Amino acid sequence: MTLPEAAGLFLAALARLITGAQGHWRGAPPKAEQRIYFANHQSHFDWVLIWASLPGDLRAVTRPIAARDYWTSSPLKAWITREIFNAVYVNRQRTDDQDPLEPLMEALRSGDSLVIFPEGTRGNQGDPQAFKSGLYHLAEQFPEVPLIPTWIDNVQRVMPKGEVVPVPILCTVTFGAPLYLRPDEEKRAFLTRAREAVLAQRHAAQHG
Amino acid sequence: MGALRDYTLNHQVALLFVGLFGLLGLATLLTFWRGLRELTLAQEASQERLWRDLRAVWFGAVLFWVAWALGAVVATLLFGLVSFIALREFISLTHTRRADHRSLLLAFFVVLPLQFVLAGSRFFDLFTVFIPVYVFLAIPLVSAFGNDPKRFLERTAKIQWAIMVCIFGMSHAPALLLLDLPGYSGRGAFMVFYLVAVVASAHLAQDLASRWLRRRPVARAISRNFSWRAWGVGVAAAGLIGVALYWATPFKPIPALLMGVVAGGSGTLGGFVMMALKRDAGVKSWGNRDSVTGAVGLLDWVAPLCFAAPVFFHAVRWYFGLGTSGAAS
Repeated sequence: MTLPEAAGLFLAALARLITGAQGHWRGAPPKAEQRIYFANHQSHFDWVLIWASLPGDLRAVTRPIAARDYWTSSPLKAWITREIFNAVYVNRQRTDDQDPLEPLMEALRSGDSLVIFPEGTRGNQGDPQAFKSGLYHLAEQFPEVPLIPTWIDNVQRVMPKGEVVPVPILCTVTFGAPLYLRPDEEKRAFLTRAREAVLAQRHAAQHG
Repeated sequence: MGALRDYTLNHQVALLFVGLFGLLGLATLLTFWRGLRELTLAQEASQERLWRDLRAVWFGAVLFWVAWALGAVVATLLFGLVSFIALREFISLTHTRRADHRSLLLAFFVVLPLQFVLAGSRFFDLFTVFIPVYVFLAIPLVSAFGNDPKRFLERTAKIQWAIMVCIFGMSHAPALLLLDLPGYSGRGAFMVFYLVAVVASAHLAQDLASRWLRRRPVARAISRNFSWRAWGVGVAAAGLIGVALYWATPFKPIPALLMGVVAGGSGTLGGFVMMALKRDAGVKSWGNRDSVTGAVGLLDWVAPLCFAAPVFFHAVRWYFGLGTSGAAS
């Protein structure tokens, strides 16, 4: 076992100790196929929680998105994101000659699964904000990849915005039925549908 | 039974564990045998519940055995872990706000370890007052620094309660393990065994009795099962088990009976209080599979113990006249 693997196992165990990190697969079983998971975003802890709730063999092929400027700014951050999580780096500043989604497309072309937070930024408690269009463009380019709506419940209590130490509180991650872009579906309509699919998982998580 | 008193320590331990695992094995076999027949849907549900309960009891018994085999430090750590998981479950189902973040951190990462260190180092003076006196002030103070007056009393009261039940109550189990009683040193684990056996049998007997007796419940809105008659059956069972185990304790038969009654009675009453708390939180069982959190339901199992342990601990200290001087050694 390599050091990053061991560190990964340790992080997953820690996340489980703090939050339980229970994955509930309501719409599709956990399967080693290429997928795009899209979830609500409330805290820095979200990615680790989703990752810890995946079965071990799926963790290796499921990658997060990380902002290049922040996550490569120190050797430790770079090591964590590159070696443990195998993150896909994106540039936050938009340049004219490069599509910001290009690194994601490249990862998808090579067969990896992705976890994205289409709200773009961490929301406060309550309903998720409107989704950014990135999800739509990915669905357009890769119409055959299942999009899994995911709801992370309770995590804002574990680590509210601005705090650094997590409080141990049980969280669940609910994975719903896969979604695909319909032929001729409009961007706005698709994004609304995707957001509602995530909200439906919240309802499932909280009311059984 | 008196003859068992003269056995060596190792023989008594072996006897206890053979008895415990023997009973468990028998119960498992019976359950398995019952499952071989054709079952109706309702029976199948109860069968599933039975398996789940048996698994939990097996898990607890093995854990206890491991704690025994590896000594007091490991036992204290294990009880600390159980306390952590119970507290996590309690807090998950409790309404807290952002401003409570720091007090929750205090509870999980300072109060909990400190209380178990105090228990492990036999600092029983401070151990007894640390939470009721010092933490009682510290938690609302930290919450108040959070600068949010909304439902302040309710929030702090809930956190206090979580600490009292899950940390304070639970920490009395390892304290019991380490309590040095005159002429009984090094055998504290028997006391824990006695306490767990008594509380568990009271709980079980009350459960069965409430199913068969169908008496008028004392407080229908809180529990449809809890009646004085059923509670009495539970207490009687605790007393009987208490006497049956007296050879493993420092008590004579009559005090052993009384201790069993005290511990079993307070445990089942504590369980009743937990029912009220659960009703308030809007769940039927802490480990309800369909609940928000997917909790493991540990709290359901340990809550009676959390209530009984402090009462039993102090009863034992009074019995040996250790109550006033404090230092137990």
